Amino acid sequence: MRRSKERSRFIFLCVAPATILFFIFMVLPTLNVFRMSLFERGAYSPTETFVGLNNFKVLFQDAKFISAMQNTILLIVVVTIVTFFFALLFAGILTREKLKGQNFFRVIFYIPNILSVVVIAGIFSAVYKPENGMLNSVLSFFAGREVMILWKDQQMVMISIIIAMVWQAIGYYMVMYMASMAAVPADLYESASLDGAGRTAQFFQITLPLIWTNIRTTLTFFIISTINMAFLFVKAMVAKGMADVGLSFMYSQKDAGLYGYAMAAGVVIFLFSFLLSAMVNRVTRRDVLEM
Amino acid sequence: MNKTVKKSEPLFKAFIYVALITLAVLIIVPVAWVFLASVKQNSEFYGNPWALPAGFYWQNFVNAWNAASMGSYMVNSVIVTALSLALLLVVALPAAYCLSRFQFTGRKLLNTCFMAGLFINVNYIVVPIFLMLKDGDAFLKTTLGSAMLLNNLFVLAVVYASTALPFTIYLLSGYFATLPHDFEEAAYIDGAGYGATMVRIIFPMAQPSIITIILFNFLSFWNEYIISMTLMASATGQRTLPVGLLNLMQAQQSSAEYGILYAGLVLVMLPTLILYICVQKKLTQGMTVGGLKG
Repeated sequence: MRRSKERSRFIFLCVAPATILFFIFMVLPTLNVFRMSLFERGAYSPTETFVGLNNFKVLFQDAKFISAMQNTILLIVVVTIVTFFFALLFAGILTREKLKGQNFFRVIFYIPNILSVVVIAGIFSAVYKPENGMLNSVLSFFAGREVMILWKDQQMVMISIIIAMVWQAIGYYMVMYMASMAAVPADLYESASLDGAGRTAQFFQITLPLIWTNIRTTLTFFIISTINMAFLFVKAMVAKGMADVGLSFMYSQKDAGLYGYAMAAGVVIFLFSFLLSAMVNRVTRRDVLEM
Repeated sequence: MNKTVKKSEPLFKAFIYVALITLAVLIIVPVAWVFLASVKQNSEFYGNPWALPAGFYWQNFVNAWNAASMGSYMVNSVIVTALSLALLLVVALPAAYCLSRFQFTGRKLLNTCFMAGLFINVNYIVVPIFLMLKDGDAFLKTTLGSAMLLNNLFVLAVVYASTALPFTIYLLSGYFATLPHDFEEAAYIDGAGYGATMVRIIFPMAQPSIITIILFNFLSFWNEYIISMTLMASATGQRTLPVGLLNLMQAQQSSAEYGILYAGLVLVMLPTLILYICVQKKLTQGMTVGGLKG
């Protein structure tokens, strides 16, 4: 009996601190996002007035929010396709072919993932510098004339963000797929090549189907994370107000003191990401092949 | 390895190498360029960007460290990162241990909650956290006469640790659950209490996953800037390194002090790069378990 009392006390002491912190700093703020989206709160006083769904009504007519969501969708589609195409391609090559220096490439490709987005923004400010920038000088070299592209201007800014985001993500996903592709048994490829299947056929008929579960999970995850990463990149790389994505729009409303409105935007983006990942999950459903 | 490998035509192989080297160059050159640029004099930035530095102009680092306050930001970042890591370990280790190895009422509910927490991203909840602390400050000001929740490194560390809890507990629980129960039973028979068993027997066995936890969370705390920027917003207050760098970047757009900017960049990324070089094997292996984080 004493033992059981001691046991309960021990469990309580172990679990309580984590639960309390989790509740205060994650559960409560999450509930508050939804609650506050129905209220209007002044910038200087904490008084809140209930406005029902009015914030949402205004939001869906806000041209800035709509263009921010369009930018978000553009980034999700382009960054996902480009990153996954190259990551799968390179991972497929690196695991199937016996190459020298595999580990070297692995180490290099992973580097962008350990850098802060602020650092990446700094590196790319040197890449995109219009005069004497890295990219323009390389382009000038190949074009044989002076190229002066304003990479961070209104017209180019989304392309610049896409390049930086792909640069950051590609290595991480490549290393991840290499790990799962390495688990595909080698004798499958051997018998396939005896049957006369070429590299491309092997990739599409053995490698891809066998790691499909992994691709599916990472794809769903990548879409959610792109919504967040797009915010980090835009906040660090883009001059204020030049181009917004969903979450940076939310943050700029917070800066303007429109807290209720900002949270309504947060709710919409959250529901959007939820629906999108559910949709992707459905569309990519296949019969699972066992190894 | 197998036959397909031996059959590879040289042309195809050369093509693969070219593609791989191109990607490696695309990644390594911009990073290396910043390192070289950090020792260039300001006048050198108006010429060919591919010229090597004329000399080692260390003054950039001195200026970044002192004049641009990167030195004190660095100290702040070290404090916040160390504090949040310590707090995270103290809170998450016992919780993960109990949640994965003890049967008690509410365990399932708690596990589900922490799992759901994996899907809550801090970018969504940073505004409510900010408002909560702001209201708390207003309350403290009327009762105690001084506000101390915003612009406080310790509070920032608590927020970091709290928001890292779901991922950390998820990872640790997965590891704890694989250990056989015999260890605890033997310890109990020898008369050890629950706490002693946990600290002396279980935690040492969990060392590999604890190291993984420290690595991943070190990188995310050191590099984080949205929470830090929001909760440490006072113009005169302390900042962490990434936020200081961000301000430096914005200031640089008008004053064109390129050398200081690139020296600042090096100061922020050097610790993570050194750590990466030391533990790169661990990190690239560990990422298969940490695949949920990005």
